[in-house]
Amino acid sequence: MPAKGYVEILVDTCKGCGLCVANCPTQCLALKQDDTNVFGYHYSYMSDPDKCIACMNCAVMCPDSVITVYKKKS
Amino acid sequence: MREGYEVIYQKPKTLTDNKMHYCPGCIHGIMHKIFMEVVEEMDIQEKTVGVCPVGCSVFAYDYMDVDMQEAAHGRAAAVATAIKRMLPDRMVFSYQGDGDLAAIGTAETLHACNRGENFLFIFINNGIYGMTGGQMAPTTLNGQKTTTSPLGRDKKSMGSPLKMTEMVTPLDGVAFAARVSGNNPANVRKAKRIFRKALEIQQQNIGTQFVEVVSNCPSGWKCTPVESMDWIVEQSIPYYPLGIFKEPGK
Ligand code: SF4
Ligand code: SF4
Repeated sequence: MPAKGYVEILVDTCKGCGLCVANCPTQCLALKQDDTNVFGYHYSYMSDPDKCIACMNCAVMCPDSVITVYKKKS
Repeated sequence: MREGYEVIYQKPKTLTDNKMHYCPGCIHGIMHKIFMEVVEEMDIQEKTVGVCPVGCSVFAYDYMDVDMQEAAHGRAAAVATAIKRMLPDRMVFSYQGDGDLAAIGTAETLHACNRGENFLFIFINNGIYGMTGGQMAPTTLNGQKTTTSPLGRDKKSMGSPLKMTEMVTPLDGVAFAARVSGNNPANVRKAKRIFRKALEIQQQNIGTQFVEVVSNCPSGWKCTPVESMDWIVEQSIPYYPLGIFKEPGK
């Protein structure tokens, strides 16, 4: 079944603070441990995209507004 | 965008595209965003005027895409008073940290509240001087270690942390007083509703609106952003309880 939602994260403005990861109820986000962005941060990415429920928690908590949330049309 | 999906959350258009200078995980960014969401939703971008403080949020005018005025350290309330009195049809707010509002600017703050100046104080309280390297602030918690209280704040010699919201609540001039936080998604959503309520009260011209935000400073507290949010729950909120302290008609 396709995911209820997904997020897009602007890699080069993410500061890797991890608040999205900590507040995602389905643990579908993680910080990229083996890569960094132009500022040297381990940016956030969808490590388990099928689990996203489009709750928006990650984007609500993002201090740098780098997350856009998409929801499956009903 | 993938086919069959729609955007349900994105950065408000009332924030500029400038990269914020705040440290990773700082609640400043969250508050900028939700306040600007309210400005976008109320369609008041053209008539909103903000006053920036001295402190970490000194460059807030680079991020909030509304008219902004910089004030000298602690004097934001005096500048906001002038702006609102000259331009009463504008929606006016000050955005100040605890070093600015509760230390050097205490007099301006209390007197503006006492006069009932019709603007919104957004008071970001993280209990420390973040920008200058983590010194003790009037709002530093008892026992909290900072660079100028290395053994922890001592109540006897340093006094207890100032509860600004509780101080301004009894003043006749204050129409709305609340304390919110940005430590989890539920509290961020609540904070947004409170900002909206405060601005609606400003439209009624019935007194000062004061909203304190229990904030964090991962750099000054020397912890990760996620740990700082836990610290807010365990240490800050017990001393600085959240809620609406005063609202019209209650
Ligand atoms: S929208 Fe919700 S479920 Fe999806 S990534 Fe963000 S926090 Fe996780
Ligand atoms: S020093 Fe503290 S308050 Fe200032 S931007 Fe960094 S984390 Fe935020």
